[in-house]
Amino acid sequence: MEHKDPVEAMEVGHGQPPVLEPGHTFATITDKISAIVLTKQTPLGWFMAVGLAGLLTAVLLYAVGFLMYQGVGIWGINMPVAWGLAIVNFVWWVGIGHAGTLISAILLLLRQSWRNSINRFAEAMTIFAVMQAGLFPLLHLGRPWLAYWLFPYPNTMTVWPQFRSPLVWDVFAVSTYFTISLVFWYVGLVPDLATLRDRAQNRVARTVYAVLALGWRGSARHWHRYETAYLLLAGLATPLVLSVHTVVSFDFTIAIVPGWHSTIFPPYFVAGAIYSGFAMVLILAIPIRAIYKLEDMITDRHLDNCAKVMLATGLIVDYGYIMETFMAWYGGNFFDKHLIWNRMHGPYAVLYWALIAINVGFVNVLWSRKVRFTPKLLWVASLVVLVAMWLERFVIVVVSLSQDFLPSSWGIYIPTRWDWATFIGTIGFFAFCFLLFIRVLPMISIAEMKTLLPRSEAKTPLESES
Amino acid sequence: MKPPIHGLIAEFDTPTEIVTAARRAHEEGYRKMDAYSPFPVEGLSEAVGFHKDSVALICLVGGALGLAAAYALQYWVNVIGYPINVGGRPLHSWPAFIVVCFEMTVLFGGLAAALGMLAMNGLPMPYHPLFNVPNFSFASKDKFFLCIEAVDPKFDRETTYKFLASLRPRTITEVPH
Repeated sequence: MEHKDPVEAMEVGHGQPPVLEPGHTFATITDKISAIVLTKQTPLGWFMAVGLAGLLTAVLLYAVGFLMYQGVGIWGINMPVAWGLAIVNFVWWVGIGHAGTLISAILLLLRQSWRNSINRFAEAMTIFAVMQAGLFPLLHLGRPWLAYWLFPYPNTMTVWPQFRSPLVWDVFAVSTYFTISLVFWYVGLVPDLATLRDRAQNRVARTVYAVLALGWRGSARHWHRYETAYLLLAGLATPLVLSVHTVVSFDFTIAIVPGWHSTIFPPYFVAGAIYSGFAMVLILAIPIRAIYKLEDMITDRHLDNCAKVMLATGLIVDYGYIMETFMAWYGGNFFDKHLIWNRMHGPYAVLYWALIAINVGFVNVLWSRKVRFTPKLLWVASLVVLVAMWLERFVIVVVSLSQDFLPSSWGIYIPTRWDWATFIGTIGFFAFCFLLFIRVLPMISIAEMKTLLPRSEAKTPLESES
Repeated sequence: MKPPIHGLIAEFDTPTEIVTAARRAHEEGYRKMDAYSPFPVEGLSEAVGFHKDSVALICLVGGALGLAAAYALQYWVNVIGYPINVGGRPLHSWPAFIVVCFEMTVLFGGLAAALGMLAMNGLPMPYHPLFNVPNFSFASKDKFFLCIEAVDPKFDRETTYKFLASLRPRTITEVPH
C-alpha cells in the first residue's frame, strides 16, 4: 500500500498545480484529515482563536439581550431609513453563504473534481453564514419572539401570512436554503463520521461519531443510493442557491423605492453573492491550509480557481453597476437620476466611491497570476472585496431609502454602537461556529478526496491484463 | 432457522480486486452478498447485482407533494381562508405563488431524497454483525470487503470459503451474529 504509484500524480495540464499533490494513498488521506480531529493536542492557537471569537459572541449576546429589553430604538434606524445595518448585514451574510453551495452543488454537477477538497468547509461556511444572516431580519422584527407568525399555521387570530409579499417569500427561501444546506452537508458527512468512528481511540468520541454516522458501513448498495441522493440534492440545491439571492433581491425590487425597483437586481445580486462568498472561502482557506499544513490538499490550484471565480463574478457585478447608472440616465426617470446623483454626490458619496474603487478598479488585481499565486496577497484582496461588498449593500439599502420621492421626508441614517456591536458579534459567532467545526469534524471530505486518486477507479479486466 | 454465522467476509486491497471478486461471486451464483468500500467504487454495486435504486422516484414524489401542498395552501389562504381584496385584483394571483411553490418543491424533494436514501439503506442501524469483524474498521479507510451471507441458498461454509480463497483475498473471516 505504501509504494508510490507513478500515475498517482494528478493530471497536470498547462503548467497548473495539481488538485492533490502526488504521493497520497487512501490511508494517508484518511490519516492526515482524521488526525486533525482525533488529535489529543489541540493547538494553543485554536484556544486563543476560540477565546476571541467567544468574546465577540458574548458581545452579540449582550447586544441582542439589550435589544430585547429596549427594542429596535437602540439601533440607528428611523423614518425614512427603516432598514439599517440589520438588512445590510442580512444580505451580506446570505451572499457569503452562496459560495459554499456553488462549490458543493454546482461544481459537482459540472464535474469539477477540484471542489472535493474545499466543499466540506465551504458548506460549513454556508450554514454558519446563513445562521448569522437569519438573525438579522429576526431581530429587526421588533418582537423577535413572535417570529413564528411568519409561518402559515392555523392560529386563534385567524390571520395568515401575505403570500404575495416578497418578505414572506424570503422566509421560505432562507429557511429552505438553510435546511437543504444542512441536509446536504450532513449527508456528505455520514461516511466520514463512520471513518472517525472507526479511528477514534477515545470512548466518548467514538460513541458520538458512531451515533452521528447512523451505522454507515460503506455497502455497495448503500453507496449506490447515496450517490443518487447526493446528486439529486446537488441538482435541487443548484436552482435553490440561485433562487435565494434572487428572492432576497425581490425584497428590494418589488418595492417602488428608486434604486430598488429594477430588473437587473436578481442576477446582479446572485453574482455579488458568489463574489463575496468566494472571498470568504479564500479568507478561511488560506490560513487553515497554512496552520494545518494542508497545502497538499488545498493547493495553489484551488486558490487560483477561487480567485478566478471571484474575478469573473466581480466583473458581472461591475456590469450591474454600469447598467444601473446607464438606465438611470437612459430611462429618463427623474427619481432614478436623482438616486444616482445622490449616490455619487450625496452624504454617503464616500462609501459609494470606495465600493466602486474596489469592485470596479481594485478587483482587477486578480488578473495578475502573481496575486493569485501569492496566498498573502490573495487573502488581503479577499478581505478588501468583502468590505466592498458590505459597502455595496449599505449603499443599496441606506442611500436609496434616505432620499426617496419627497424631499420633506429625507433623512440620514447613522449606525449606533449597538448596530456595530451586533454586526461584529455575528462575525465572532461565525468564527466561533467555524472553529468548533474544524476541531470536531473533518474539514475536508475524506471519502471524496479518495476518489481523486487514479487508483480509486476499478480497472476493467481488459485494462488490468494489458 | 437462523444460520449459525452471519457469513464469510474477504478483505481486498484495491478497487479493481473487489470489483473482480464481486463479479466472480455473482457469476458463481451468489446473490445474498454485499461489498464494502471506503468510497463509492464505480461498477461495484452492479457487480454485486444491484442496478436500480428508487431514491430518484422518492425524491420526485416528495417534490411533487411539496409543490402541490404549497400551491394548495396558498390558494386556500388567499381565496378561501383569508381573502384580502387589494384594489380589486384577483384573489387567485398565481404568479405571486411561484416562489413559495418552488421553495417547497425543493425542500420536500431534498428531504425526501435524503431521508429516502437513509430509509432504503436501513439506516440508522446501530448494530450490524459486520462490526464484530476486527479488521472491518478498515472498510472506512483503505480496505475493500466482500461478504457472502449465510442466508444465501448457495452458501456453504466449506465451499464458500474455498471459493473466496480462490479470489486471493488478504484475509477471510467468519462473521458471527
